[in-house]
Amino acid sequence: METRKTIEADSAVPGAFGMDRRQFLKIMGGGILVFFIPAFPGQVQEALTAETGRLPKDFNAFLRIAEDGRVTCFTGKIEMGQGIITSLAQMLAEELDVPLSSVDMVMGDTELCPWDAGTFGSMSTKYFGPPLREAAAEAKAVLTELASERLQLPLERLGTKSGVVFDKQAPHQKVSYGDLTKGKRIERYLDKKPALKPKEDFTVSGKAVVRTDALEKVTGKTKFSGDVSLPGMLYARIVRPPAHGAELREADTSRAERVSGARIVRDGDLIAVVHSSPDEAEKAFALIKAKFSRPRTNLNDSNIFEHLLAVAPSGNVVAETGDLAQGRGLSSQLIEAAYRQGYVAHAPIETHTAVASVAKGKVTVWASTQRPFGAQEEVAAALGQPLQSVRIITPQVGGGFGGKTHNKQVVEAARLAKLTGRPVQLAWTRAEEFFYDNFLPAAVVKVASGLNQSKRMVFWDYHVYFAGGARAPSFYDVPHQRTTAYGSWRGAPGFHPFGVGPWRAPDSNTNTFARESHIDTLAAAVGIDPLSFRMAHLQDKRMIRVLEAAAKGFGWSSTTTPSGKGLGLACGIFKGTYVAVMGEVEVDIASGHCQMKRVVCAQDMGQIVNPEGARMQIEGCVMMGLGYALAERVRFRDGEILDLNFDTYQIPRFSWLPKIETILIENPEMPPQEGGEPAVTCMGALVANAIFDATGVRFYELPISPERIHEELKVHARV
Amino acid sequence: MITRIEFKLNHEWIRLSVDSERTLLWVLRSDLGLTGTKYGCGIGACGACTVLLGGEAVRSCTIPVINVKGKDVVTVEGLAMNGHLHPLQKAFVEHNALQCGFCTPGMILTAYSLLLTKPAPKEEDIIESMEDNLCRCGSHQRIIQAIQSAAKKMRR
Repeated sequence: METRKTIEADSAVPGAFGMDRRQFLKIMGGGILVFFIPAFPGQVQEALTAETGRLPKDFNAFLRIAEDGRVTCFTGKIEMGQGIITSLAQMLAEELDVPLSSVDMVMGDTELCPWDAGTFGSMSTKYFGPPLREAAAEAKAVLTELASERLQLPLERLGTKSGVVFDKQAPHQKVSYGDLTKGKRIERYLDKKPALKPKEDFTVSGKAVVRTDALEKVTGKTKFSGDVSLPGMLYARIVRPPAHGAELREADTSRAERVSGARIVRDGDLIAVVHSSPDEAEKAFALIKAKFSRPRTNLNDSNIFEHLLAVAPSGNVVAETGDLAQGRGLSSQLIEAAYRQGYVAHAPIETHTAVASVAKGKVTVWASTQRPFGAQEEVAAALGQPLQSVRIITPQVGGGFGGKTHNKQVVEAARLAKLTGRPVQLAWTRAEEFFYDNFLPAAVVKVASGLNQSKRMVFWDYHVYFAGGARAPSFYDVPHQRTTAYGSWRGAPGFHPFGVGPWRAPDSNTNTFARESHIDTLAAAVGIDPLSFRMAHLQDKRMIRVLEAAAKGFGWSSTTTPSGKGLGLACGIFKGTYVAVMGEVEVDIASGHCQMKRVVCAQDMGQIVNPEGARMQIEGCVMMGLGYALAERVRFRDGEILDLNFDTYQIPRFSWLPKIETILIENPEMPPQEGGEPAVTCMGALVANAIFDATGVRFYELPISPERIHEELKVHARV
Repeated sequence: MITRIEFKLNHEWIRLSVDSERTLLWVLRSDLGLTGTKYGCGIGACGACTVLLGGEAVRSCTIPVINVKGKDVVTVEGLAMNGHLHPLQKAFVEHNALQCGFCTPGMILTAYSLLLTKPAPKEEDIIESMEDNLCRCGSHQRIIQAIQSAAKKMRR
């Protein structure tokens, strides 16, 4: 066995692995292993380290070419529908010159995969993709060297294709990657940047392919966490408070205990019933009588905005250009408005689920999570066990959207497994899913703005409360502007009456709604078509290009609003990706029902690895965005969540579907940016702007529900 | 009450001794290991638990297992025949009509039931019959296209 190292690495990296590295590498067996680190830019690295306290400088992913020629990528990232199981494999296959079908992805297993912060913020393709390609290039270089020795040919005579190194002058002279790795053990730690394949030579990357996980998903074979079944496994139901802030007074479990096979587990505030059958557990659970104290916060989904403004901390100026007083002085027309956004649920169809087993001090949990390594820490802390004794395995996740960055169910399942000494499955009910969701935060944005005599924006004073400041500054050309942020989207005690957290494009949905609605208001005030008005205030070439592409695809014709046609547009920048959407809405005045008829989305996301995947993400953003724009708002009263299932909480359905057209702008010079979130940010403003164009009524609060439209139009008709 | 129940499951007769009040969903998932049928809401509002009962798409989370006595139940696992995917399954793959895939079995079985009664559905027919199947990832456009394409192939 041969071992070559380019960097000496520590033998054990506490925290970076679930076990000692030497032991870990031993079980990996033979083949070629290349280790690498995601290429986070400085500020992202800092933010991640601050948040997780655990970003190792050590390698944190690797790929292996095994002796059978199969290629495996081990990554702490997880697959939840966003499609990286396919796009990362495509990037790897491309650079290594192997068929896509020979690549296996091992994802989100804390024992097999090196540490990762989590799958959120759309960082997988952008920061993980490039070093993955470099690692593959390094592996290919090693294989070519080995082939050169084996075939007794100089390196420059050798080429690679479909998992084979061949002689360019005599292609029948060849040797497969599998043959080259047999009996070898080669480790490389990537620290230099190997030359990458030029994009002109791409054959896999940038091509539309079928999802590699589709076959298992259509046959029902895919394993999600709740599909894991262990011998002797019990199903659990946990007693929950009726409202956030409620405290347990007493619980009578005597009747539940009489259900055959049911067992009550009590540990502090945790009261659960477990049973070998899930519906028997449910039956026993229903017999538990628990009494709670009920808080009176006097907060509900109507008065929450006043509350938020009242408790907001002092503001931070996050961006400033020119002089506000001067801008105000230059303005011949001042327009002020406040925009509001209610709480929105993540509502993945798979609820938070975990299956935990504790055996000989070793805890293993199969969990639907976007943060397996975070879950590992939380379980270890809750059980008072060393980190190395906890293994989190992440099967396919049935939708996350940011909501599964919270791992409450993982800890609960692990605690119950330890308390009962049996494997435990905990699949939250839909009601629990709504109750413990960390919602998109309710938020308020106040804008004061001014136009001069030449119909140009000269003044923009923007105040955002609890929707996040980082991406709040406007990219429009306004000489005197300031953006002030009060609180963040993450929430903190005393602000929101329950949990809030990252919801697909966390800090951008409310901000884009406010900015793009207000720009439309200004355009209408000076009688300029909203597209021309935007163009007149833009310098950024990428933004101009996406707007032009959307306008061409949509067939936008210059007209001032409201035209009665129901046309709208919105645009935005999210993490390096530029997006513009245009759409047409039909409003039924009598019922208030709104139907988006068509949505065109143009996007510049740099290089496109998987065009089909990119289009699917945009389509998903459009549909999900229609939800928070038109219907979704979590109702609550005194900490009690009133919407606990899909009977009252409406998410988009088939009948809502507009004709969605996607335009991907070729930008091969730029590395891949992000694709899972940008389009969703524009949907609130798109809908509000289109409704304004249709009816002449401006809506300042999301969602714009049929009831609200009906009410507003009635008032308007009276005026 | 423990009852003996016989029914046809994925083309074969099976016999069970179960509490007759238990829901079909959990009997399928936890007793029979057919985990392709999913729990999504527990009140028949999302469609993730859809199975075919006598060819009709029903919500297994609201059906007591006694109700399928003597009847014909098909789950997503029973759709492919002799190793060949059903045209709907093929079409869902070809059209990338899924993302996380959690709603997919229910989508496919609801579409199956539609095509039994309407082999050449119009877009409005598809929307109407799929309306109560929820997909959070937003694959709706592709699901409609996949159903149309499968319907066409099945008519040949």
